[in-house]
Amino acid sequence: MNLKNKNQRRDFLKTSALVTGGMMLSPFSIPGAHAAGSDEIKIALIGCGGRGTGAAFQAFGTDQNIKLVAMADAFRDRLDDSYKALSSKIGAEKVVVTEDKKFVGFDAYKHAIAEADVVLLATPPGFRPIHFEEAIRQGKHVFMEKPVATDANGIRRVIAAAEQAKSKKLNVVVGLQRRYQDNYIETIKRIEDGAIGDIVGGHVYWNGGGVWTRARTPDQTEMEYQMRNWYYFNWLCGDHITEQHVHNIDIANWVKGGYPVKAEGTGGRMVRTGLDTGEIFDHHSVRFTYADGTVIDSECRHFPGAFNKVDESFVGTKGRAYMNAGNVGKLTGPGGNAIYDHDGKGNINPYQQEHNKLFAAIVKGEYVYEDATRSAMSTMTSILGRNATYSGKEISWDEAFNSKIDLMPEKFAWDAMPKVLPDENGLYPHAIPGQTKVV
Amino acid sequence: MLFPQQVTRNGSVDFKPYKQKIPHTDLEFGLTPIPAGEFVMGSPEGETDRREDEGPQRKVAVDAFWMGTHEITWDIFELFLNKNYEASVSGQALPPEVDGLTRPTTPYLDMTFGMGKDDKPAIGMTQYGAIQFCKWLYTKTGVFYRLPTEAEWEYAARAGADAPYFFGDDPEKLDEYAWYGANSGETTHKIGQKKANPWGLYDIYGNVMEWTNDAYLPNYPVTAKVDNNPVQTTEELYPRSIRGGSYVSEADELRSSQRFQSTPEWKQIDPQIPKSRWWFPEAPFLGIRVVRPLEQPSEEDIMAYYDQAPIDDY
Repeated sequence: MNLKNKNQRRDFLKTSALVTGGMMLSPFSIPGAHAAGSDEIKIALIGCGGRGTGAAFQAFGTDQNIKLVAMADAFRDRLDDSYKALSSKIGAEKVVVTEDKKFVGFDAYKHAIAEADVVLLATPPGFRPIHFEEAIRQGKHVFMEKPVATDANGIRRVIAAAEQAKSKKLNVVVGLQRRYQDNYIETIKRIEDGAIGDIVGGHVYWNGGGVWTRARTPDQTEMEYQMRNWYYFNWLCGDHITEQHVHNIDIANWVKGGYPVKAEGTGGRMVRTGLDTGEIFDHHSVRFTYADGTVIDSECRHFPGAFNKVDESFVGTKGRAYMNAGNVGKLTGPGGNAIYDHDGKGNINPYQQEHNKLFAAIVKGEYVYEDATRSAMSTMTSILGRNATYSGKEISWDEAFNSKIDLMPEKFAWDAMPKVLPDENGLYPHAIPGQTKVV
Repeated sequence: MLFPQQVTRNGSVDFKPYKQKIPHTDLEFGLTPIPAGEFVMGSPEGETDRREDEGPQRKVAVDAFWMGTHEITWDIFELFLNKNYEASVSGQALPPEVDGLTRPTTPYLDMTFGMGKDDKPAIGMTQYGAIQFCKWLYTKTGVFYRLPTEAEWEYAARAGADAPYFFGDDPEKLDEYAWYGANSGETTHKIGQKKANPWGLYDIYGNVMEWTNDAYLPNYPVTAKVDNNPVQTTEELYPRSIRGGSYVSEADELRSSQRFQSTPEWKQIDPQIPKSRWWFPEAPFLGIRVVRPLEQPSEEDIMAYYDQAPIDDY
């Protein structure tokens, strides 16, 4: 089962006409992370919000000799808050970001990347392909947050850059932190070893209450408003099926050892009806069909007041699996008897583990982590799901993957216009199943 | 300001059980009068399973107050979480003083951890979040609600008993009164399914732990005379004091004098920096029960209580 699936996945990657430009056998050794004679690793933080700042803390939480040397953000106030938190808690000897290494604006990333050995990419996901390409072009190791793109165009760019990263032996870790969480690793290892037979069905959920909004202020341009409220715009966020639910969808792909061939589903806006709710849906329910006919149901929603759950369960020919981020991993046989019950006590924080692994590999000069392609494929799976709910039609992987629809603005500037704009009442257009074209 | 039904004809307060309605909704929660009195706080050194921090024992006097008959449920807490949701449930626009309140950032994670909401206790909030919830309640109702002090909590839980539990010293009887490790099935339960304590408080042991107002001190201060309405203030974010045991606690952790303390580890998996001032993603066993002092303090004192500046958490 396991071998077969792995082969399917490999064949799939071959036959799906993935962009492989730049693939070559590398004449290079692994890029040195540090100057000769020093064990110091210089990092740059691109995207200084709460998550980026958290990622920087985790880099400092590793055993390595880390120095933060540059920061970049579109907004000066975000950068300043982050710098304040980092410098006051980590200290001036490790946070050595002088005023001329604080880069602000849409091009800031290029300058910050140039200063470092390893870059942390944590801006809103729409920018990830651009930033990842540049980091790899400049030969840097990367930690980047999920999701890695918001449209198929971005996915193809990330996969192409990932090939470059491979040829340059640049380690890339992606913040799908369940991949670094013991209960998932141990439980899925047992599934792959056949503990519950072949996986023939499953359910993955991210049902929660919603996320933050930031009020529009009179001085803002439309670009600034959308950037501040990035969660509500697809070019920046990809909708919550991509931004949050990619975690659970990635587990489905991991357990199946492949990616779906098609999806159909339903979704819409029940409670997200205000002026401050952008264009994204508040619920998606998708059926992903894999090459062997297995159907995995996926559900995500943002309904305040409703029942919530965030977890993954699977049905095998010889039992069931249940996992969630609270360190739970259970395998049961056909009669409900326990096959495996993961002990979460003392399990390391997966957000920290991502960084521990990445920086340890870099220091040892090892090339170990190539998360970018599989993360791009799982992000693509979530985009396929969005395509299915937005269109109300069955969409094949290949249609979705090869779509030429590009959500990104033509130009990045504060006075430039994103592609989706509010109407005369201040409401943004959103997808209407049955009408909206997605590929 | 008091609600009319709580004020008698001669203007004094009617110290009886009542229901606090949440205006413009059909939600309400019960309040149980707890008479003023004196008790011995903490446990004697000989008590089975006693911890060091339960002493030294001392005489404490507390003024009369009402205490929430039940733990606060998600049904009510979620109105506070989301302004748009509150307005939609209320069926009307929120008045400016409610509209302008500081509210929690919507948690990125599912803070119910799949355990459900209907009539189940709200969980995982910080002490700051619990106090801001009280402020929201005050703004909605005009009645001052706050967290109980440790002394008030223990006094109310004991209900006159000096034994380890309000019903005596036999842990076997816990099943009648509490959801805890032995009978909970590792989940929170709807409020009020078990028997109340003698003063009419449900789930005072188990189901979820309850925030108190106080800083956690490793030992109580030694006082020569009776300590009147003791309260421990602090400038530190950790540790703060928590009481009551939860659905994951062992029997001995449900004793009236048992204390718990908040820890930064409950935010370990919060991926954001600064970490949320509102949520403990690793404390699904922690909830709130509010109190209302019989004598409502001045508006100034009330606002001073609610408007304590939050402390950044890294």
